[in-house]
Amino acid sequence: MTAAPEIGSARRRTEDARLITGRTNWTDNIQLPGLLHVAFLRSPVSHARITGVDVSGARERPGVVAVFTGADLADEQGSLPCAWPVTEDMVLPDHPPVAVNEVRYVGEPVAVVVARDRYAAADALEAIDIDYEPLPAVTDMEEAIKEGADLVHSDKGTNTSYEWIYEAGDLDAAFRDAPVVIERRYVQQRLIPTAMEPRAVVCSAVGDDYTLWSSTQIPHILRLMLATVTGIPEHRLRVIAPDVGGGFGSKLQVYGEEVVCLLLAKRLGRPVKWTESRSEGNMAVHHGRGQIQRLSLAADSDGRIRGLKVDLLADMGAYLMLVTPGIPILGAFMFNGIYKMDAYSFKCAGVFTTKTPTDAYRGAGRPEATYGIERMMDELAAELSLDPLEVRRRNWITHDEFPYDTVSGLTYDSGNYEAATDKATELFEYDKLRAEQADRRDRGDPVQLGIGVSTFTEMCGLAPSRVLGSLSYGAGGWEHASVRVLPSGKIEVVTGSSAHGQGHETAWAQIAADRLGVPFEDVRVLHGDTSISPRGMDTYGSRSLAVGGVALYNACEKVIDKARRMAAHLLEADEQDIEFAGGSFSVRGVPEQARTLQEVSLAVFGAHDLPEGFEPSLDSDATHDPDNFSFPHGTHLCAAEVDTETGFVKLRTYVAVDDVGSVVNPLIVEGQVHGGLAQGIAQALYEEAVYDAEGNLTTTTMADYLVPSAGDLPTFTTDRTETPATTNPLGVKGVGEAGTIASTPAVVNAIVDALRPYGVTDVPMPCTPERVWQAVRGGTAERSTQPGAGGGLGSAGGEA
Amino acid sequence: MPRVSVEVDGVEYDDDVEPRLLLAHYLRDRLGKVGTPIGCDTSNCGACTVLLSTGRRASGTTSVSVKSCSVLAVQADGKSVTTIEGLSDGQELHPMQQAFHEEHALQCGYCTPGMIMAAIDLLRENPNPSEEEVREGLEGNLCRCTGYQNIVRAVRRAAGDMRSPAEEGVTS
Repeated sequence: MTAAPEIGSARRRTEDARLITGRTNWTDNIQLPGLLHVAFLRSPVSHARITGVDVSGARERPGVVAVFTGADLADEQGSLPCAWPVTEDMVLPDHPPVAVNEVRYVGEPVAVVVARDRYAAADALEAIDIDYEPLPAVTDMEEAIKEGADLVHSDKGTNTSYEWIYEAGDLDAAFRDAPVVIERRYVQQRLIPTAMEPRAVVCSAVGDDYTLWSSTQIPHILRLMLATVTGIPEHRLRVIAPDVGGGFGSKLQVYGEEVVCLLLAKRLGRPVKWTESRSEGNMAVHHGRGQIQRLSLAADSDGRIRGLKVDLLADMGAYLMLVTPGIPILGAFMFNGIYKMDAYSFKCAGVFTTKTPTDAYRGAGRPEATYGIERMMDELAAELSLDPLEVRRRNWITHDEFPYDTVSGLTYDSGNYEAATDKATELFEYDKLRAEQADRRDRGDPVQLGIGVSTFTEMCGLAPSRVLGSLSYGAGGWEHASVRVLPSGKIEVVTGSSAHGQGHETAWAQIAADRLGVPFEDVRVLHGDTSISPRGMDTYGSRSLAVGGVALYNACEKVIDKARRMAAHLLEADEQDIEFAGGSFSVRGVPEQARTLQEVSLAVFGAHDLPEGFEPSLDSDATHDPDNFSFPHGTHLCAAEVDTETGFVKLRTYVAVDDVGSVVNPLIVEGQVHGGLAQGIAQALYEEAVYDAEGNLTTTTMADYLVPSAGDLPTFTTDRTETPATTNPLGVKGVGEAGTIASTPAVVNAIVDALRPYGVTDVPMPCTPERVWQAVRGGTAERSTQPGAGGGLGSAGGEA
Repeated sequence: MPRVSVEVDGVEYDDDVEPRLLLAHYLRDRLGKVGTPIGCDTSNCGACTVLLSTGRRASGTTSVSVKSCSVLAVQADGKSVTTIEGLSDGQELHPMQQAFHEEHALQCGYCTPGMIMAAIDLLRENPNPSEEEVREGLEGNLCRCTGYQNIVRAVRRAAGDMRSPAEEGVTS
């Protein structure tokens, strides 16, 4: 009797048991004897010199144990690390965890209080006096790069951190005499990642040994970086990521608060805890996106792309954090999307502003690029009066052309854009909705219907170490797994991936159960603690399954190889004659002569009778470094009803057909797609970190920063095609970011499509009712003055 | 300091508290009821939602959902609080918990305790909500992971499970 295969089964999640009963171990839940509470005083101004600090009042407050300023910590706090120097001459300013002389964004820490409880710590902040001498705010990237602009870092002499350029093919030839040239300027607004669990850190010091709990995605990287910054030896520092309530890139960071908590535990000899409030986090958690894109696309009159020019200004914020400068560079490889073209250039300038630093946010560089190209494809379609799907068909890589070397230097291993698109258009009832759109246009319906297309791919599974090296990234892209076979035959899987909602405990158990032929319930997955899982590269960039899952697969194969030898010994057969299936080793042709993995495991544990030179352990490790990225893709279609009188947008239908290769757990995959869609749609319609001209963040609370609720989102129709990755034995591709990457342009394309008869060629994100209404009113006059923007006017008739 | 007497998940507590102490912090920091998390400071996210009896004690009064970050501990004096930790008897899950599990209505799980408590209160007011009514009814609870679709499914599934078979017979 063989059990149903675990891989591919919609297992309900193991981790749910604690999450639905309130038995979760969030960092803020941790209590230690003598625990002290930490609070940070933060700059209320965007840019100023600190001319006076008086903490004496705070020190006298009841319950206060200690107060430190940046100057007090200066000899130990170091500078927060940037691990991605994208160019040799990149401008990399010092970044003290607590500001010493100057503050450069609202929310930057300026002092820290340690008290007996969190209320006392918060009270004491109000008794600290800081004198600020105002310096000019730098809030506009296009102004900031001009000669003579006010500077964020006056000692650096420039606001440009770096310029990074990639060129391929003959762009001049592509644009020379091109029948169609489209030029656009798009703004990727700043976003606040908003994981539901605010950041929290607990740190304890016992002698020379430190334990730091943090709500982090990256316990392993954090350990190394904290050791580097503070000088505490790496082997004396244990980092634990307990249950972590979401990350979306925001917890892929080495935060000043983590460094400071470590130093406080060291100085005070007492454990400390810091938990941020949401309003604090909106200012101090790194932001995402923040780009101005200038795009030029040259095409033939039949819609075939000749070349694409990309010119970006990427908002770094005030400092370069862990991978800040590299995020927009990831987009360099994705602006060409799924399309064939011979010439391409990408130029990106990283620009300092007096705003919260930016860094990874779900998709990290690829949503920005995908937005750019997918919006341009719709503009090209409008210019040529072609259906947006048709113009894509004329340009995309066909399924028989894989593996395909793209103009940006990647090799896409597999994909089938035709199949995904066919399925999506059928589910969407594309032709029917186009007919309804035409009807509403003919009737002059104040509520217009728009159809948005996004045929995307993305590079994930970060990443082949040699590629990261060629991009000057500071680490490799491997992942580690080990499999422990316990004497009773139960299995412990240890992974270097660090789940924070993704469901690794379930999916990894499915992989191990499947490979080793043991019951799912016999596998336990351990992660997120550098003492339990000593090697890891953690979780981000949709890498866990495509890299860490493959490491686990390889570790299982090693266990089987070891056990096979032992089984041959026990069965007195030749190793070559031993077959393994369903958790049992048998002699080929003599199935009744068999030993289960459990029996072999117990025999190895006893170690009384081992093959010659056999080490008495079946435990195995594997470290997997992928040969290539993984390239999930899909076709997303969005139908939006746009009220031209109120500007209100209602998403009526959203169809997402994703191809993420082979699937370990379809339930988890669907959940990842749903959540990704919500975040991408939120960028299109709702969210923006807004700064005023003085550099004040005006969206510090959830009342101002509009994370969508259940009532703000539609019901999605999701489906899959399955084109296995050819670069790993599981055939898997990443799925964590796909929904976010694909959905933003699908929504905006739908809105613009609805409004083309009004001369609208763009609506800036987020497409709030006010902005949509403004676009309807001003669309024709304002937009037609832009170079190359004539398509919107002429194309209305060709849409139906 | 005022003294409060509160029943939480069936256990009586008597404590001296600062008048300004939030119920959420009282539950978490004083009672160790850390199953109820805090996600914001403006009562927007709903992660800290618990059920609070409208009258003194649970018996004979209704329990309604409140955001425990916007209730003072002293306001709970004499009342009964049910948190996520008190929903299940340790043997069997509450139908709402079971439905969240079955429908994959959670990922990171941080919003889940509040979402489940709010959903239970929603069904108290409307035992058979439409999809639209569930979406509107849960607008005070934010989730960043799921896109809400499976939460909506779970709440409607639980609604079906919680209606008595007789009732089911009448409505179908």
